[in-house]
Amino acid sequence: MEQVLTPTHLPQTVEARNPGIPLDLDWALGVQANRSAIERRCATLPGRRSIKKHHQAAWLAKAVACIDLTTLSGDDTPMRVRRLCAKARQPVAASTLEQLGLPNLKTGAVCVYHDMIATAVDALDGTGIPVAAVSTGFPAGLSPLHLRIAEIEESVAAGAHEIDIVISRRHVLTGNWQALYDEMVQFRAACGDAHVKAILATGELGTLKNVARASLICMMAGADFIKTSTGKESVNATLPVTLTMIRAIRDFHDRTGFRVGYKPAGGISKAKDALMYLALMKEELGNRWLEPDLFRFGASSLLGDIERQLEHHVTGAYSAGYRHALG
Amino acid sequence: MTIKDIYTTMDYGVAPESTVDAMAWLAEHGSSFGHFIGGSWTTPGANFETRNPATGDLLAHISQATQADVDTAVKAAQKAQPKWEKSGGAARAKVLYALARLLQKHSRLFAVLETLDNGKPIRESRDIDIPLAQRHFYYHAGLAQLFDTEMSGHVAHGVCGQVIPWNFPLLMLAWKVAPAMAAGNTVVLKPAEYTTLTALLFADICKQAGVPKGVVNIVTGDGAVGEMIVTSDVQKVAFTGSTSVGRKIRQATAGSGKALTLELGGKSPYVVFEDADVDSAVEGLVDAIWFNQGQVCCAGSRLIVQEGIAENFYAKLKARMDKLRIGDPLDKSVDVGAVVDPVQLATIKRMVDSNSAGNTHVAQTPVPDGCFYPPTLITDLHPADTLMQEEIFGPVLVATTFRTPAEAIEIANNTRYGLAASVWSENINTALDIAPQLAAGVVWVNGTNMFDAAAGFGGLRESGFGREGGWEGLMAYCRPAKPSVAAKPATPFPGHDGPETGIDRTAKLYIGGKQARPDGGYSQAIFGKKGELLGHAPIANRKDVRNAVEAQQAAKGWRKTTGHLRAQILYYLAENLSARADEFAARIDAMTGKKQGGAEVSEAIETLFTFAAWADKLDGAAKGVPFRGVALAMHEPVGRIAALCPDDQPLAGLIRPMAAALAMGNTITLSASAAYPLAATDFYQVLDTSDVPGGVVNILTGPQEPLAHTMADHLNLDAVWNLSDTAMTKDVETRAAGNLKRTWTGAAADDTRAWLAAATEIKTIWIPYGA
Repeated sequence: MEQVLTPTHLPQTVEARNPGIPLDLDWALGVQANRSAIERRCATLPGRRSIKKHHQAAWLAKAVACIDLTTLSGDDTPMRVRRLCAKARQPVAASTLEQLGLPNLKTGAVCVYHDMIATAVDALDGTGIPVAAVSTGFPAGLSPLHLRIAEIEESVAAGAHEIDIVISRRHVLTGNWQALYDEMVQFRAACGDAHVKAILATGELGTLKNVARASLICMMAGADFIKTSTGKESVNATLPVTLTMIRAIRDFHDRTGFRVGYKPAGGISKAKDALMYLALMKEELGNRWLEPDLFRFGASSLLGDIERQLEHHVTGAYSAGYRHALG
Repeated sequence: MTIKDIYTTMDYGVAPESTVDAMAWLAEHGSSFGHFIGGSWTTPGANFETRNPATGDLLAHISQATQADVDTAVKAAQKAQPKWEKSGGAARAKVLYALARLLQKHSRLFAVLETLDNGKPIRESRDIDIPLAQRHFYYHAGLAQLFDTEMSGHVAHGVCGQVIPWNFPLLMLAWKVAPAMAAGNTVVLKPAEYTTLTALLFADICKQAGVPKGVVNIVTGDGAVGEMIVTSDVQKVAFTGSTSVGRKIRQATAGSGKALTLELGGKSPYVVFEDADVDSAVEGLVDAIWFNQGQVCCAGSRLIVQEGIAENFYAKLKARMDKLRIGDPLDKSVDVGAVVDPVQLATIKRMVDSNSAGNTHVAQTPVPDGCFYPPTLITDLHPADTLMQEEIFGPVLVATTFRTPAEAIEIANNTRYGLAASVWSENINTALDIAPQLAAGVVWVNGTNMFDAAAGFGGLRESGFGREGGWEGLMAYCRPAKPSVAAKPATPFPGHDGPETGIDRTAKLYIGGKQARPDGGYSQAIFGKKGELLGHAPIANRKDVRNAVEAQQAAKGWRKTTGHLRAQILYYLAENLSARADEFAARIDAMTGKKQGGAEVSEAIETLFTFAAWADKLDGAAKGVPFRGVALAMHEPVGRIAALCPDDQPLAGLIRPMAAALAMGNTITLSASAAYPLAATDFYQVLDTSDVPGGVVNILTGPQEPLAHTMADHLNLDAVWNLSDTAMTKDVETRAAGNLKRTWTGAAADDTRAWLAAATEIKTIWIPYGA
């Protein structure tokens, strides 16, 4: 019995999309990010917020609803993607969800490469789960600009609801902010009604200050989401990077009134980590950013750990991985 | 609430820490405690209740110590001390190591007990207080191990009387007990009456750690017991608490020869420049003023923010305050717990309610009934407002603005206190320029409330004196094995004859680089052995002291000169003195009637050379603190010093304090030997010819006692050194309590390090970094 709660989790269902604003370099280049202070805030967070029992179960269920269940491998095949989509529809054992009182829990989206879009759209038909596609020469973003733009257009045509683009890290590293802004504007335009997530590849930007600047410029250029990583860099999502990016989101909202979403991706594999990401969102941005239209986890193995914790919650016994369906 | 409801509200819920083990420990002791004396518990006596401030629940009955209890404890400590010290640093290290281990093994029990007793959030006791206390014992196990080799020439004071406050009960115990034990002292410690329990649990683990009987004694009770300890037969008193009580302790110990360190109140500035990481600076305030409900002596309680960003900063700060969670301190998701006691809550309320200045924002967050106070911000205050000056000791932040770096420093330093300070700027030039200029013993760059056993902590001005932590903290728990010998006052020769030769020379006072007639218009005749008139020395009075200190104030540029320049001037002084050595030697011999003038002049020249050598060599240190960054220990001049010079060396006894003070960047007013002042009045000609800037050295003559009064009373002097008649010490130390200026009675002439230490303060500057 499948019940569709909302047609999609797309932001426009409740939120006006961020249309972008003219490039404001005074703002972007005036931003500061003190790494030690940011790390201290993140390091003490787990000691400051403890989410237990019923609350932990509810929060973990929320984390599931915010997962972009992802497969981005060279060996992806249609059946591999269909298996993933099946998991997105039924992310946690039905009996467990029944006991939690959340029988219709689904993941936030499924995220695939362009060639797998059609398969995913088909597999998710009627579920309301959007399909996200990585694009623009993912993960390096070094193919010709016109091909990167064409790739977006083709993915949208193939039925992707969300496009995860990669920014040109070289524009950040060489301080070519105008180029970064212009490129993002073009990507956004190519997306049309599909929502665009800007992957900053923070692990390759060198400093938190660069992360903050790139975050602001991508939002100025109309990003619907800003996202940490491709999952392919050696360092992916971290709490300090998250704090830097969501503070930029807060400033953008304070100044423009537009809410931009946030997606940490890569490296988040433990239920406990997911709780800390949610807590940090709640602390810095508020409850509004705990919904899948403004928050996603880019993750593949996280779900497995959450399933074990949720089963533990309903049974009182620690769980085993093989008891839970593969995704 | 169902999971589905929570899925919508996304509330945190409650996450209470269990109190089962802590309550079981209290029950084991019958919830009633005696004192821990000589390694065992006394039978509980007349007692008072200790309660959980968050709930009002009774926790235990605590004994109020009597004079007899304190005497017994001091005797037990005296008895244990010689053997403890003789056991050697390595043996003491083993005991301190065991204490550190046991604190770690029982860490959660300590944390829960601390939170029950004090009301601070379990997050803080668990993640900050108890780990820092452990770290303190580990670090001091190391200092004990190294004591015999690295601190040779130093011995323990003996018995230390220690009185600690209620805001960090176990941590303050660690700060007091660990260095005392490391140096070979034994202790009698009194915890605050609000928060006794973790000290008693510590007594329990002392038994398990094999601390010899009598090395650690803990007596309990209120301030009256603290007073008994202070006035008992202890050789060192260490106190952390309020400035008013610190002042009383200074007076009570005056003239007793007891070593004293005081760590007192503060109104620490938190300076935010326009180029700061504003979000991080806002977050820093959570740790500055809403840490431990603001009941922190070094709390960043005075926000000083650059005018151009103030509005934005306040808006962000208010939003952050509104997110703080106040409530059950045992809840693991609570940011602000209970105020320690209803009495303290009433004080906070009274202070805030009596303020009508500025704009007050009270955090828009639920506050439970009972002993809780909401995080509060009062902006648009000015230095003239009471709350900008007075310590509130609660979760209340006051704020004002500045325009320029110079003004930021001016406002930050516009306080009687000088404990800690924060400066926020992403510009290394700004941060590193401002940090040393802030009048505080501890400065945090882009951070706040960082502590470590390896880094000194302590204040300037009315925040007290002495450092805790590091080698400098250890110094406060030992003394030179070779004590200084106090000079006896000399009786000047009587006389009535006229001068033997020459034209009358008129000696004057030397103030602000000029010869000055004494304000009072009196002089005293100085005679030689045969009664011949050697000359007249002016009799300085209190107004001359005033003028001299004003000249010192005007010479404030001296502290910013380079060590190289100060060395050059001291060498120049030596050179010019050397050129007139025979004349000075003859003068000394004529006044004293002895034949030691030549030797004394040579010694004075040597002294000038020695301190000239040190002027650019008293290096600071980069402390091995466990974080990414550096914690610098910088030597700073004490400031404006006055010294009462002895009679036994009319010239060298004047030049030694002068040279030590000048080498380290201080200015000094010297009260010359009263019996033999003419070497000093001759000496100002040497000063005049040696490029010493006016006001850096001032020389007064005449009877010392009235000058000592005025100097010790003077609120713009930072230190008074009585190197002369010890009969004046009690008066000087009593009066020094007024602004808690440093007092010192000297060290052996060749103990150069001790002279340098007296002329300097250690400022710890924490500089976290990260590209």
